[in-house]
Amino acid sequence: MSDASINASTAQSVGRQDEASFGDYFALLKPRVMSLVVFTALVGLLAAPVPVHLVIGFCAILFIAIGGGASGALNMWWDADIDKVMKRTKGRPIPAGKVEAGEALALGLALSGLSVIMLGLATNIFAGAFLAFTIFFYAVVYTMWLKRSTPQNIVIGGAAGAFPPVIGWIAATGTMSIEPWLMFALTFMWTPPHFWALALFMRTDYDDAGVPMLTVTHGRRATRVHILVYTALLSLLAVGTAFSGIGGPIYLAVALVLNALFLRGAWRIWRRDEDMSEADNFKVERGFFKLSLLYLFLHFGAILVEALLKPYGLGGWS
Amino acid sequence: MSLRQTHELHKRRYGRNLGVALTLAAFIVIVFGLTVVKVTRGDFEPPRGEVQN
Repeated sequence: MSDASINASTAQSVGRQDEASFGDYFALLKPRVMSLVVFTALVGLLAAPVPVHLVIGFCAILFIAIGGGASGALNMWWDADIDKVMKRTKGRPIPAGKVEAGEALALGLALSGLSVIMLGLATNIFAGAFLAFTIFFYAVVYTMWLKRSTPQNIVIGGAAGAFPPVIGWIAATGTMSIEPWLMFALTFMWTPPHFWALALFMRTDYDDAGVPMLTVTHGRRATRVHILVYTALLSLLAVGTAFSGIGGPIYLAVALVLNALFLRGAWRIWRRDEDMSEADNFKVERGFFKLSLLYLFLHFGAILVEALLKPYGLGGWS
Repeated sequence: MSLRQTHELHKRRYGRNLGVALTLAAFIVIVFGLTVVKVTRGDFEPPRGEVQN
């Protein structure tokens, strides 16, 4: 290649706004969501009553994370049009003009295939198949179908984000039982209040994009009621989990404190109206959203601690 | 001005190529490690009955 051609291609690429860096492709995998997937899948894997070889456990978590990332890339490919409109998402690689939509599709499909096959080979076919189902659920059922058609999008779509601990458990045991589904239910019930609080203070974002969030279709008052109801149900589930095979006294203490705080936050959101929220720039709603992040992290953290203490005869109720 | 002047774009390309190379190298190490663990644990050994036949 001559210098002239290098210069020509340089000029061309500069004309195409920006040529993507490695980090831009990595950003397609939604690293922050991936960190949640890694953590919850790890808890599912370690809470399982079957010891897993270190290398196999590492590979299982890695390929579950790659599968989660792949579904994120497919989501960005499909949602590029609405990502461009929303403040929160317009900096993503496709709307920012750094990566072509087709590249995101190719990356998503390639990593989906790779992660499913490798997880199947590293652990068992059941885990691989369940990962494939999760990617399908997130990319097709949630992103392509529900997200733009029903205000219950977050409720049902939340299931996709709740599957990783189940996959982690299956990777370790090769079988299914009630405990991973309790972890699933925890994330599943947590997702709606978490996103509805976000929708309350992100105000026009979802309106502008035409996404039928509850705030848009049923109004902001109904959203506040929904947050309270879901938080109350979540609290029952979260505290009840303490008395299952993955719970224990440490988990119970954590769950009691966090659920009291979470219920208090939901109660305060329910009591407020729009004027009050606007007066302090949605302070309570923002606080509830931040608490929700800590809420999930600490619940899974407590399950992990109980599991790690079990070999020493300390974890759980025994 | 030198004809071989390095543009910021070249740095980005280099970073991207290096990232892909390291990712592929890591993948090779992972598959190799996984294979060693699987073989040494006897995951690929046929059931005892089949060996006798």
